[in-house]
Amino acid sequence: MGLLFNQASQIEGDVASLLDNISNAIMIFDAAIKNYLNNENDIFIKRMEDVNILETAVDELRRGIRHQLYSKMLLPESRGDMLSLLETIDNVIDTTEEVLVQFDIQRPKIPKELNKDFIELVDASCKAADFTVLAARCYINNSDLINDHINKTFFYEHEADKVENRIKRKLFGSDDFVTDLAGKAHLSKFVELIAKLSDDGQDVCERLSVATIKRSI
Amino acid sequence: MALILIFLSSGLFLGWSLGANDAANIFGTAVGTKMLRFGTAAIVGSIFVIIGAVVSGAGASHTLGKLGAVNAIAGSFTVAFSAAFTVFWMTKMKLPVSTSQAVVGAIIGWNLFSGKPTDATALTKIVTTWVVCPVLSAIFSFILFFIIKKILKHTRISIIRMDSYTRAALLITGAFGAYSLGANNIANVMGVFIPVSPFPDIHIAGFFSLSSVQILFLLGALAIAVGIFTYSKRVMMTVGNSIFKLSPIAAFIVVLSSSLVLFLFASTALQTWLLSHHLPTWPLVPVSSSQAVVGAILGIGLAKSGRNIDFSVIGKIGMGWVATPLVSGALSFVFLSIMQNLFMQPVFI
Repeated sequence: MGLLFNQASQIEGDVASLLDNISNAIMIFDAAIKNYLNNENDIFIKRMEDVNILETAVDELRRGIRHQLYSKMLLPESRGDMLSLLETIDNVIDTTEEVLVQFDIQRPKIPKELNKDFIELVDASCKAADFTVLAARCYINNSDLINDHINKTFFYEHEADKVENRIKRKLFGSDDFVTDLAGKAHLSKFVELIAKLSDDGQDVCERLSVATIKRSI
Repeated sequence: MALILIFLSSGLFLGWSLGANDAANIFGTAVGTKMLRFGTAAIVGSIFVIIGAVVSGAGASHTLGKLGAVNAIAGSFTVAFSAAFTVFWMTKMKLPVSTSQAVVGAIIGWNLFSGKPTDATALTKIVTTWVVCPVLSAIFSFILFFIIKKILKHTRISIIRMDSYTRAALLITGAFGAYSLGANNIANVMGVFIPVSPFPDIHIAGFFSLSSVQILFLLGALAIAVGIFTYSKRVMMTVGNSIFKLSPIAAFIVVLSSSLVLFLFASTALQTWLLSHHLPTWPLVPVSSSQAVVGAILGIGLAKSGRNIDFSVIGKIGMGWVATPLVSGALSFVFLSIMQNLFMQPVFI
């Protein structure tokens, strides 16, 4: 019986570390995009590398937890929901890494006039992702606050969508910021990439809503 | 000795059948949902069934003995065989059946055949208990549901830790359930053999002794254990996966409620304690663990607002109370006649 409780403690610790890493990655992502907009390239690169390290750590933790859950036959009733949560929340950190790598490779030229809009988009997306991590913690720790966090995630995802559309309208509505269509399409792609972070959060929260209902006695 | 074992075989078969079927009431959901391994459930179940039967089996047997003391071993064999055949046949016909009710019917059949009077007081007590058993189990599970829900709401245990606690709770409750099953239902298996028990008392090294009845109960409990190991796995998988789809915590409530009921109707120690404190007591009677489980599930259903409850199960239980003793009593009468007139064995003195 003691072994059973030790296994539970270990998995609890691993899940907490995994969520901590994702939370850290979201904060670093937020800062890195702002560094990029301010042309602070060295700091941007350093932050991108940090996110990469965190993403690798999360992948290892996720694989370890999955192995433990199956090999020790833990959580037979909610194992599917738990693994689904871990797989989908992994998309959040994958997106942070992917966006930063694409910024580094493609180096999109963002007009200074749009910096404020981009910052607003990053903030809304990061808030949605942050509340997603909080909702996931509430699910694991069986807290009533889960619905509150899920609602906030949905709210910020919607906000991110609004900012995304606003930037696209500015881009395609006139030639004041970018003149060529290729440049407009290029920036539009990055707007979508940043907004994808909030979409990933929404996806996790939709699964969490169902899992929470299923978990009643 | 060989003849005695042959005569005991019907009781041992009843024991095997009890182990095969009723152990699933205790560990079915836990094993079916993979919260517990079958091997763990079988070992814990067998050990505690044996302890319950040998230590606390006398109470319920005593009440059964009052109903009719079968006083010839061929008669005991036939009564147990009739009960076993009734359970087998009614199960095959997919009719609701309980060993407890089949045994009572078979004893009354013996009373009728031998011309002995049936103790109306004992019969009334037993029949009342059948009705009270699922009702009490439903009340227990209804109350436990709210208590546990409140505890879970306030303790905020993580989903992973909760899994460990639930496994531990299912194992401990399962052990208690097995103990209660052994204590309450051994009367069904070996009760009719008590007046004709062929075994002498045993004293081992001066500090451990087993009475003749306890040896009988030990044999019956071993038959139950064999039933658990040889056949209960497939019943557990069925119970756990198809008939009663319960969450592990709901399963814990169901097992605890039904085990409490079985314990209440079996524990001589509790009855003695109540008597010594001038509190009201109730008869110690073998009851149906399946009906206790169904009662507990209904209790949870009611606690969850009462929707999706199939009330036809109540009708089925009621039908079992009437049909099982009637069928068993009639079969017992016929088989006793065959045993006496065809096999020339005395079935009563």
